[in-house]
Amino acid sequence: MAQFQQDKGKLDLTPKRFNMWLFLFTSFMFFAALTSGFIVYIGGKGHGLNIKMPAAFMYSTAIIMISSITVFLASTAAKKSDVAKQRAFLWLTLLLGVGFFAMQIYAWYVLSFEMHAFLSNPNASISFVYVFSLMHLIHILAGLVLLIISLVSTYRKTPQVLNLFRMEMSSIFWHFVDIIWIYLYVFLLLNQN
Amino acid sequence: MSTLSVHDHGVAHHDHDHEHHHNESFWTKYIFSQDHKMIARQFLITGIVMAVIAMILSILFRIQLAYPEKSFPLMETLLGRFAPGGRLDTNFYLSLVTIHGTIMVFFVLTAGLSGTFSNLLIPYQLGARDMASPFMNMLSYWLFFVASVIMMASFFVEKGPAGPGWTIYPPLSALPKAMPGSGMGMTLWLISMTLFVASQLMGGINYVSTILNMRTKGMDLWKMPLTIWAFFLTAILGILAFPVLVAGVVLLIFDRSFGTSFYLSDIVIQGQVMPMEGGSPILFQHLFWFLGHPEVYIVIMPALGISSEVIATNSRKPIFGYHAMVYSLIGITVLSFIVWGHHMFVTGMNPFLGGVFMITTLIIAVPSAVKTFNYLATLWRGNIQFTPAMLFAIGLVSFFISGGITGIFLGNAALDINLHDTYFVVAHFHLVMGSAAIFGMLAGVYHWFPKMFGRMMDEKLGYLHFWLTFIGAYLVFFPMHFMGLDGVPRRYYSFTEIESLKQWVSVNTFITWAAIFAALAQVAFLFNFFYSMFFGKKAPQNPWNSTTLEWTTPVEHIHGNWPGEIPTVYRWPYDYSKPGHDEDFIPQTVPFSQTLSSNLPHDFEDHASHDNHEWVNTQKSNEEVK
Repeated sequence: MAQFQQDKGKLDLTPKRFNMWLFLFTSFMFFAALTSGFIVYIGGKGHGLNIKMPAAFMYSTAIIMISSITVFLASTAAKKSDVAKQRAFLWLTLLLGVGFFAMQIYAWYVLSFEMHAFLSNPNASISFVYVFSLMHLIHILAGLVLLIISLVSTYRKTPQVLNLFRMEMSSIFWHFVDIIWIYLYVFLLLNQN
Repeated sequence: MSTLSVHDHGVAHHDHDHEHHHNESFWTKYIFSQDHKMIARQFLITGIVMAVIAMILSILFRIQLAYPEKSFPLMETLLGRFAPGGRLDTNFYLSLVTIHGTIMVFFVLTAGLSGTFSNLLIPYQLGARDMASPFMNMLSYWLFFVASVIMMASFFVEKGPAGPGWTIYPPLSALPKAMPGSGMGMTLWLISMTLFVASQLMGGINYVSTILNMRTKGMDLWKMPLTIWAFFLTAILGILAFPVLVAGVVLLIFDRSFGTSFYLSDIVIQGQVMPMEGGSPILFQHLFWFLGHPEVYIVIMPALGISSEVIATNSRKPIFGYHAMVYSLIGITVLSFIVWGHHMFVTGMNPFLGGVFMITTLIIAVPSAVKTFNYLATLWRGNIQFTPAMLFAIGLVSFFISGGITGIFLGNAALDINLHDTYFVVAHFHLVMGSAAIFGMLAGVYHWFPKMFGRMMDEKLGYLHFWLTFIGAYLVFFPMHFMGLDGVPRRYYSFTEIESLKQWVSVNTFITWAAIFAALAQVAFLFNFFYSMFFGKKAPQNPWNSTTLEWTTPVEHIHGNWPGEIPTVYRWPYDYSKPGHDEDFIPQTVPFSQTLSSNLPHDFEDHASHDNHEWVNTQKSNEEVK
């Protein structure tokens, strides 16, 4: 038994929480690299982002900001062990997440079919808009998976520690992808002319 | 994430079984193992296999360089369409150079080195049962394995493996039709490297998290061995740098497959004007070298950490300047992010910017020199034990000096105009990054082999291996400096085609024979390694009389590393030959209360605990009585 005296570490979720934060760093570096690439690109050849961002991006930004609030409400409910409320807000967040996803794809539709700003474009600053949003959508997908995992554990007999941990993981990640999108959108707005 | 926690949650149920009846099957023990020791060994053996492959590739292109006019029927038998008529195909030559570089830099010296020793030593030397997330750790190895398989698989596609060099500069890498090596082989390269980066990120996240969260009682940051400091900072470099490579590769994939022009402009293939325009290949170089430069420190820093440990242990002296060692590692880590431009001096960069990158580059010489001097000062008047590990660690110092000095030449923006892309560069990085890091890795293998496999390696074969490799490496890389100073460009297929290069064929022949000689020397290592694994002498618990925690674990590996409680740490890891103590080493687990004859007031400077205070007070009152 002595052996496991210090093995409380096995259930100690701190290192895993820490892993999540480190992962956010890697993601952040990824988007920082993409946006730096954009700056280097427009600095070099005199190609600017000569289109206005479609309004769909503004709607999607609104959607994801609301979803950040709902995921926050879900975690506060989880902390109060109010499973029904947590479940409801998680469902809402999930729905908003899917809505965001759809809205981004609609934005691509507007970009290509209405504005004729295509992905393969001699002006790669427009291609960057697609790459930014696509790479961000991949993160959204991961976020949705995390949300689904938290949601599933509310339907199962999950110990409250784990339930809270999962809730925390998904909400950290969801807030992060939210912030990344706002960063990307503001970045694009500042660079459009 | 959450599935991971469920997985570990199960471990808590083992509470009752003290004897460790883990009903491990062959699969969970040897294949999909989540145990850091097994994963370390998996990384090491995969790394060794990849290193042997990459070495054979280098011998193939060395033969071409030595005998550009000769045909070797055997080569056609072995390589088939890649060596028609017994002479290497020109495109396959480029593929060989590319894959040799890729495997050595990434698969051997990044994954093989960090993967092995970070996994082995972080839990061992810090006093942890395992990594922060054993599952992620397992995933890290298997992604690395799949990446290796895919990289190797590219030898079996019709047009051969990727050929644009390990730096995969566009447009060669961005246009599948540019040359045979830009086709399917390049695609496989990109897939393989994406998996590789995922593997490294998982590993790196785990290392950092484990080091910051799971140290045993008493192990504060300033009591960590220098190996751990090196792995820690290496992992941070990886976490910050690898995502940038992914960003560069994502854009490259878009250029290759979706017709964008991030990197492409004014392309004409076989007389046909391509639609891409407006892109900038320099953008890729910025993104690539933002990873690429930290990458060379990802390669060398673990080797430096390992040699700090090996040199201190085998000099039977405390490492000279422990704090200086840590601060110089931190200095290298920070500086490595602001020097990438020195790879791009001749891209038409603004000379002012070139000057900035030159200054930052030359500043890196300062922490590097601090480390070198500290190694030498540690050796100075030490009671040196010339174990094979020690020889390899000293070899690292030698290569680090001789290769590092040429770095000062290359870091100079004006000299680089002449030296860029010549054999001088090849000589420089093969010594300072290639040989030095490989020697650090081998030092680690010889030193921790008893810990990994519970048996000793043969010393005599170790000495043979060291001397042949050490001499061989210098014979191979030293002459290249002169070629480079004469302006001989790297990656050229045939020196007889160009008048000014013809005179260097004789040197090439010499280098090739030296390379073959050094390659054969590795047989001594391979035999020693695999033979000793099964038939070596049984290892004692602490064969090198070392102070660090890993030597307090039993020789037989057990799940959870320590059978009882995890030991507490009381002192720094370099108490060798402490005056007043009866033995020439004091393990980290020995409290100061047991070493009254050797304690110094200095020992209690940072973290005076209760009894330490008492000790200091007694000392003081004794002084007063006197």
